[in-house]
Amino acid sequence: MFTVEVSHVVKSFAGKAAVDDLSFSVSPGEIFGLIGPNGAGKTTTIRMMMDIIKPDSGTVAVFGEKLGEATKNRLGYLPEERGLYKKLKVIDSIIYLASLKGMDRHLAAEKATQLLTQTGMLPHQGKKIEELSKGMGQIIQFIVTIIHDPQLVILDEPFSGLDPVNTELLKGMVIDLKNQGKAVILSMHQLNQVEELCDRILMVNKGRSVLYGNLMEIKAKYRNNSVFVDFQGEPGEIQGVTGKRAHKDYVELLLDEKTTPQQLLERLVSRGITINKFEIASPSLNEIFLKVVGESRE
Amino acid sequence: MKAVNKTFLIFRHEFLNTIKRTGFIIMTLIVPLIGILAIGAVQLVSGIARPTVEKTTIGYVDESGGFQQYTSQGNITLLRYDTPDNATGAMVKGDIKEYFVISSNYTATGVINRYTLEKQLDAPIATSAAIKDFISSNLLAGKVPQTTADLIKAPLNLVTTRLTATGAVATEQGGYGNLLIPAIFSFLLILSIIFSSTYLLQGLGDEKESRLIEVLLSSVSARQLLTGKVLGIGAAGLTQVVVWVVSAPLLLHLASSTLGGFISTVQIPANFLVLAVVYFILGYSLYSVISSGIGAISSNSREGQQLVGILTLPAMVPLWFSSLLMLFPTNPIWVVLTIFPVTAPVEVMLRMGVSGVEAWELIASIMVMALTIIGILFLVIKVFRVYLLMYGKRPGLGEIIRSLRSS
Repeated sequence: MFTVEVSHVVKSFAGKAAVDDLSFSVSPGEIFGLIGPNGAGKTTTIRMMMDIIKPDSGTVAVFGEKLGEATKNRLGYLPEERGLYKKLKVIDSIIYLASLKGMDRHLAAEKATQLLTQTGMLPHQGKKIEELSKGMGQIIQFIVTIIHDPQLVILDEPFSGLDPVNTELLKGMVIDLKNQGKAVILSMHQLNQVEELCDRILMVNKGRSVLYGNLMEIKAKYRNNSVFVDFQGEPGEIQGVTGKRAHKDYVELLLDEKTTPQQLLERLVSRGITINKFEIASPSLNEIFLKVVGESRE
Repeated sequence: MKAVNKTFLIFRHEFLNTIKRTGFIIMTLIVPLIGILAIGAVQLVSGIARPTVEKTTIGYVDESGGFQQYTSQGNITLLRYDTPDNATGAMVKGDIKEYFVISSNYTATGVINRYTLEKQLDAPIATSAAIKDFISSNLLAGKVPQTTADLIKAPLNLVTTRLTATGAVATEQGGYGNLLIPAIFSFLLILSIIFSSTYLLQGLGDEKESRLIEVLLSSVSARQLLTGKVLGIGAAGLTQVVVWVVSAPLLLHLASSTLGGFISTVQIPANFLVLAVVYFILGYSLYSVISSGIGAISSNSREGQQLVGILTLPAMVPLWFSSLLMLFPTNPIWVVLTIFPVTAPVEVMLRMGVSGVEAWELIASIMVMALTIIGILFLVIKVFRVYLLMYGKRPGLGEIIRSLRSS
């Protein structure tokens, strides 16, 4: 059974479609990337999944049913823009919000201590939220999102505004969630981080699905017939190479349809060129996105 | 966990957070405290600073004749001079403070000329009373018996007694003493209602601005959130009103036993305490549903507070017209204000002090308020979800009406 199954949802605001016929599903034990530029409709989609707003048409099933009071306790949601009760102490904020997820207060206090220790935030538990830095506040909110051991975790831009140390800390915790068999939905516009973490993705642009599926398969599908090569010396004209693109530390060689990377390698080696790097080029999600969006415009 | 429990969790959180606010604690304690301080201050002033008894001498010139007796009028002694010049000389020397001349044609004109060195708005009350008493006593001397003379000087001591329909003496006797507590209370009631609905609005605004509302709505329903908040903050406001209501009779007892006078005539009208609580609950509920609606549509708490500020003005209308209420207590306009939901809480409090409120008016007023609250609540829940998540811009009236129709 899918943890989340969204089918053909449509949502318009003031006559303008924010989400237009989106369908996707997320399974337990996977990290699913909901990606696209700002204003693509990611947050609206998440809000419909959370039952915060109702879709104009289409259906959303969470744990196989329509989201209700009981299912709300089984999901954790970190919204894009974050905030907590400024005047409330860290530990009290965590316990209150955990209790709204149906958690016993004593159990919540225990688990909070454990997570605060894990994130190095335990010394700050008695401080008021307003005394924390933005990054610290974000970690507290992440703890609030996962404290009740939800089976579905939805994180909207979880790493924005975090320093590299905290970004790595949270990434590790997200991977842990996946390893515990939970379904994780990451909504992000920074595509390089999506590549690191996600198993499958849905790419949206202007409310519509432009790419959906396994990340590896998508990358393979959009692969150009090209290789990244770093070599010493001047190879001159090479048969089968139709163009060159210079990058910082290497050159991308574009191959014609008849030439395989293996053949190119043989030709380079036969010319006695020293090769430091030889990699079959796979396009970044950024490039795929630009390509797909470009196609859809044409 | 059951839905009811989540509402309770929000209720408890909001209640505790509100009563822990410094502003709330100050507001709750300051009212009885001011009462105690005021009683203490009056006692202090009356104990230490008793008015000093100043004996003064006033001169007079009797050109008309026949004004020789009754020259001692309390602390004022009257001293006769033969001519105005003599009197002026004595005044300049400081023997007398002032003098007056009873002219020879006084009995025809009634004119008394008064001369003084001081710049005054009018003759001091004590002085004119002494002169008046001196003149009338001399005019009546020997012509009527002393008791009649006394009655002519103070002919009226009006004692009013209110009777019930059966002819028995009513328990509530009316008078200004009866108005004092309701008047103070109606003002406090407004303050408490405004404070409570401002807390509600501020809370909603902050949660909306910090986007915490999304986390809350991913845990509880909009109905649970709204119910928990309205009841939690309302319970805190009610606690405040109950503290005031309980402290009022105690303070009054303290005040009348030590101060007496007007304070001992102060009465708390029957059913007043019960109705104060009932109208707080109704008034707060009305303003809290209005505030929630405004909180939902306004883009931040400041903007919302301005809107609520405008909407609370009508609640104060009865206070503005309270002096007219005292002059014309039977005008039908007061019945309208009693039944109109926004003005009802304060109007009822005031009228209970001035003239009393008919039972049918109370029933009508309570019913109209209850129906208005239910009606607005129904509309608010409809728009709450839609606009609570709309940040940055406030929807126009047309847009709200459209969304009410479509939802």
